[in-house]
Amino acid sequence: MSAAQWRRAMNSAATAAAPTTARPAPSARPASPSAPGVDVIATPTWLSRLAARIRLRHLVVLAAVVLYPFVASPFFTYQIGAQSLALGLIALSLTFLGGYGGMVSLAQMTIAGLAGYLVAIFGTSSMVSISLGWPWWLAVPFALLGATVFAAAVGWLSVRTEGIYTIMITLAIGVAFFYLAQQNYTVFNGFQGLSKIAAPELAGIDFREPVGFYFVALGCALAGYFLVKHLVRAPFGVALQGIRDNPRRMESLGYHVTAHRVAAYAVAGLLAAVGGVLMVWYNGRISPGTVNLAQMISILVIAVLGGMKHPIGAFVGAVVYVLLQNFAIDLFVRERFNLVIGGVFLAIVLFSPDGLLGLWAKLRSSLGRPEISHQKRRPQ
Amino acid sequence: MREQRKKIALWLLFAGPIAVFSVWAVVDNAPLYFKTLLNGLTLASLYFLVASGFTLVFGLMRNVNLAHGSLYLLGAYVGWIVGENTGSWLLAVAAGFLSAAVLGLLMQVFIFRFMEGQDLRQTLVTIGLSIVFADLMLWAFGGEIYTFDPPAWIYGSTVLPVVEKFPTYRIAVLLAAIVIGIGLWSFLARTRIGMMIRAGVDDRGMLAASGVNVQLIFAVTFAIGAGLAGLAGVVGGTALSISPGEDTRYLLASLVVVIVGGMGSVVGASIGALLIGLAEQFGLAYAPTYSVVFTFVIMVVALAFRPRGIMGRAA
Repeated sequence: MSAAQWRRAMNSAATAAAPTTARPAPSARPASPSAPGVDVIATPTWLSRLAARIRLRHLVVLAAVVLYPFVASPFFTYQIGAQSLALGLIALSLTFLGGYGGMVSLAQMTIAGLAGYLVAIFGTSSMVSISLGWPWWLAVPFALLGATVFAAAVGWLSVRTEGIYTIMITLAIGVAFFYLAQQNYTVFNGFQGLSKIAAPELAGIDFREPVGFYFVALGCALAGYFLVKHLVRAPFGVALQGIRDNPRRMESLGYHVTAHRVAAYAVAGLLAAVGGVLMVWYNGRISPGTVNLAQMISILVIAVLGGMKHPIGAFVGAVVYVLLQNFAIDLFVRERFNLVIGGVFLAIVLFSPDGLLGLWAKLRSSLGRPEISHQKRRPQ
Repeated sequence: MREQRKKIALWLLFAGPIAVFSVWAVVDNAPLYFKTLLNGLTLASLYFLVASGFTLVFGLMRNVNLAHGSLYLLGAYVGWIVGENTGSWLLAVAAGFLSAAVLGLLMQVFIFRFMEGQDLRQTLVTIGLSIVFADLMLWAFGGEIYTFDPPAWIYGSTVLPVVEKFPTYRIAVLLAAIVIGIGLWSFLARTRIGMMIRAGVDDRGMLAASGVNVQLIFAVTFAIGAGLAGLAGVVGGTALSISPGEDTRYLLASLVVVIVGGMGSVVGASIGALLIGLAEQFGLAYAPTYSVVFTFVIMVVALAFRPRGIMGRAA
């Protein structure tokens, strides 16, 4: 980050009120040119600025993801498309936390899983004795709220530690939750979990249908993506990146480092929770297997695979992961998916720490095109 | 004076309820209480064996080896093969130690040596390795449950005063862990290499500057740490059983033990192992549904009062 950018960030952040309230409200989807709130300060010329920022590739990607379900088979729409979007959203929460906050948490799947469980507990499922049977528009917000509060608590606990300790503590929390869900029958229904959790029906559109569900997932994913894009340029996000790069300096500049970090956990928790609700609707059921260690790590694999330097990496990683998951059987010996994904992950970590996006950037720069990086270097 | 009073208050806060519970439990059902106590101690010794290697490696190299559980499982499987073929349990233990030590050595020499100081990347690599190892072992050994037969001289059960019958093997595990713990401590405290390792934990740069081949020390430490995991694999596999998924279980156990006890401290690992092992067994005996929650509560409390663990120091 250049000195001028720093100064601007400092000034704008300093004028904001308390550091925790510096977080702006989630903006509307700025995908369409009429959506407001792309810039931190909306100027009269924001429309032309927005137009200047939109490149051809943005429109191509948008058109591709919108048209995709109309050309793809239901299998590709649902199993590949919608699942990638839901998983990508959970991985996006890790990208935000890890890439911009410098806190690699393994508990993101746990938070997503908790949101899924809460939807099942508040809403309807096969277990009448556990589910409260609320309508979905009441169950979902409370599930998101519960998971976000849990995420903030996880954050509060783990920000006492740094770097490598964070991984360990979030890992321990996640596995503890897994065992709790597996052993507890009064709330989580133990090993069986809860099933028959269906996506709602709204305005005549059945979200249980592949195309309908795909668009729900796409809407959530786009909202999450642009929320992250927006946040990392807002005072809160810039302060967070400052904390990632040098917590001590930010502390002495008067920032409340812990509050920023916990707030980052809460934001990431909300993203993961939305992903978790999508996952539980996608699967129609939730069990401890959804939040076991392998699943927790798979979120990390997805985020690292795509690259943690840009929010799109999470979705790129998710698509690759889901494709490998579905087609590794054809590529390699049957049932050796973990070996393939573990090997791919290992290769990426060993040879291209910035993931597939890093490879792409390298390819571009070796072809003589200027390197685009949304995010500046980070010291290890 | 105030510090002292605070300390006493803390002790009362934590030791008080435990003491009350113990008195109640002894009066209520003494054999159950002491049997659980012994079981807890056995589990604690297993946890100590696994976690001591983990904490040793972390303390010196700042490498959170999340493939530690895989080393445990590998040691167990290799030990099982050797035990089946030779019929000697002691050889199986030695094979478990050696195989894991060699794998650990290879990991250090071929991978981690090239990414020194990149904590996060090392951890990600160990995650990748653990996925690959877990799948390779599942491939090679399948999902079956393997069990060892301990040698005749520690087979069967011993009659103890209050608990009456207790498996001899578990007592042997407890004694072995104490012996290994003392051995590890004296190795670190009394020998030259141990001195170098301790120096490296405190200040790697200074150790290298005073002419010690740090890479060699790293390799030796990693081999010992990995070997202890492999040894624990055979010992633990004999006490319980070996199956896929045990790697995760012991990885979590060593993580929690080390978080509670303090990273990099062998004494801390023994304290953490005692706390977690006892909590788990007492939880299972007295409140089966929530036994995991106890472990978790201990971790949260430890973190809240001592973020670096009970014996932890500033890194």
